Amino acid sequence: MKSIQLSQGGGGLESQTLIQNLFYRHFNNPILAQAEDAALIECQGQTAFTTDSYTVNPLFFQGGDIGKLAVIGTLNDLAMRTARPGYLSAGFIIEEGLAYADLERIVASMAQAIAEADCQLVCGDTKVVPKGAVDKLFINTSGIGAVQTNHPPALNRIQPGDALIVSGDLGRHGAVIMAARGGLDLNSDLQTDCALLWPLVEALLNAGIELHALRDATRGGLATVLNEWAQASGLGLAIEESQLPICEPVQGLCELLGFEAYDLANEGRMVIALPADQAEAALRVLRQFDISQNAAHIGEVNQHQPGQVIIQTAWGTQRRLHWPNGELLPRIC
Amino acid sequence: MMAIQLKDLFDGFRDPATLSALAEKIQQRAEGLSQPLRIMEVCGGHTHSIMRYALPQLLPKQIEFIHGPGCPVCIMPKERIDQAIALAFAPNHILVTLGDMLRVPGSKGSLAQARAQGAAVHAVYSPLETLKIAQQNPDKQVIFFAIGFETTTPMTAALLAQVIALRLTNVFFHINHVLVPPAVSALLAEQPCHIDALIAPSHVSVISGAKIYQSLLETYNIPIVVSGFEPVDLLQSILQLLDQYLSNQPALEVQYSRAVNWQGNLKAQALIEQFFQPRAHFRWRGLGDIPRSGLQLKPDWQAFDAEIAFADLLSHTPIDDHKRCICGDILRGRAKPHECKVFARGCDPQHPLGSCMVSSEGACHAYYRYAKQTPEVRV
Repeated sequence: MKSIQLSQGGGGLESQTLIQNLFYRHFNNPILAQAEDAALIECQGQTAFTTDSYTVNPLFFQGGDIGKLAVIGTLNDLAMRTARPGYLSAGFIIEEGLAYADLERIVASMAQAIAEADCQLVCGDTKVVPKGAVDKLFINTSGIGAVQTNHPPALNRIQPGDALIVSGDLGRHGAVIMAARGGLDLNSDLQTDCALLWPLVEALLNAGIELHALRDATRGGLATVLNEWAQASGLGLAIEESQLPICEPVQGLCELLGFEAYDLANEGRMVIALPADQAEAALRVLRQFDISQNAAHIGEVNQHQPGQVIIQTAWGTQRRLHWPNGELLPRIC
Repeated sequence: MMAIQLKDLFDGFRDPATLSALAEKIQQRAEGLSQPLRIMEVCGGHTHSIMRYALPQLLPKQIEFIHGPGCPVCIMPKERIDQAIALAFAPNHILVTLGDMLRVPGSKGSLAQARAQGAAVHAVYSPLETLKIAQQNPDKQVIFFAIGFETTTPMTAALLAQVIALRLTNVFFHINHVLVPPAVSALLAEQPCHIDALIAPSHVSVISGAKIYQSLLETYNIPIVVSGFEPVDLLQSILQLLDQYLSNQPALEVQYSRAVNWQGNLKAQALIEQFFQPRAHFRWRGLGDIPRSGLQLKPDWQAFDAEIAFADLLSHTPIDDHKRCICGDILRGRAKPHECKVFARGCDPQHPLGSCMVSSEGACHAYYRYAKQTPEVRV
């Protein structure tokens, strides 16, 4: 079986062959094809710029892989500032011995996600490191996009009275990864929620929805986003537990292992703070998309419990929704 | 036959109308109390449920909860964690353990911190994953750090049975299994005792049967209900305890009758009996030495006992919790988490000083995580 060799990261002929035969072939576009030290790109107006690194075990999981994650994750970060995805870079740190076929599958998956997002990968880098120096493959991606509004959503725009919306059911990505790592057979076709959020943001903007704050709920899940917002704004966030959209397999895994779906990672879900009188209109827009069919109005911003997220149960009691606690580990009994 | 769906395990047991009706009944009955009814929920899972679902807000002030010693993470003394770390740091060793045991601080840090410093520590969902690790690393000594109450002991026994069947010679066991009845008995025997009634953990009795609490009833004559973990289970159990207490007819009742009977799982008990015997003593974090409250491998299986095989690596000197921690008083019902001077002020889930702050089943952790305000806790 063909696998990645140290020499393919050495900068010589083997590196060039890998770059030509794999990366240029899949990411082909005129800017990348110039093969210069830096890509020349066009930027007009306010520009968003972000970077993120991706490590995930296993590399392939139900509904996605590290490559799709590396593209979607960075483009979603752009979308959260209302930036239309424009250009991407990608840096690959590859462990010696990785199967070539696996790397090609990942690169093809990235190329597909990039094409669907209608943007271009214009520069990149490859390093191959000795076995054991990294866990199979790390990918870093950076993204640049043109901001589409004069008042992009921001933490300091959250206001008392704002409605809080999530764009879909929670915890799928985290549940899929946990199940894959633990060798758990969920007996379901549960797939990661990994998906591009830009089309949703664009549709909300086109509908004239005023977006006070936007955040994709990745690692740390919904609980982290809400706590970040409460802390940064100094306002209280009140959430109705019964309104949190959670699908049955995710709920089942949480019941089995002692997790909370709002602590689990998502890769295609965003949280929105917006004027309460626009909540219904925003939900109507979101529900036009497959990935946000289960969008829900989950709560409000208030001034009652400054800096805290309070969750209301279906039977009338209240408790604090705290930050997730470090590494998520299953409860013992 | 229809397959059981995971949803069936909780659906209906969180029904607002049922909860409201049960809470109302408890309110009415509690008017007959001349002093508060102090109920110990023995199990950390119950503590977690009580706080996670904010049940005290549905209950009258006369119902008080005492958070018991039933969390395998909370009761693990520092010297046992130190032993696990010493085993994990030894060359050619791999230490395997379950879930949030990684976070428990020993005298010089936790297993998670040891892992970051290069110790070989694997966290697994199921003890049986140890087999794969041992088979993939034939040149390494793989040590399963076995923890938990009657609930997790059969899985450790099943792992040992597999190790024997597969003739694996590189798997060892560091046994920390403990027993609920001796610990509760020790707490009930203390004077003054602050416990009027017991909510007993159902999952323990799924294995061991309701019968394990009979001697507690006979000796201490207090109401005992074996309860499930859902909100409806807990409120129904409280109602049953209240009825027993008010009628002055203490009994041993099973609320969680959908899975618990008097005898328990005889097959699991036979498996435990095959491999384990009580230790003379086990030192519980916060509570100290309790006779015959822990298990060890029987002499026939000593070849698998990590405490014997690697005795030269292990120190047995007892190490107490931080001197400002009052975990022992909390586990005895003498104090509430927010009465501890370091609660949320130096001791929090990221930097636990005492055992009750470590696991989400620990009383302090549950208060910190779920109570509406920190540190002025209003539950």
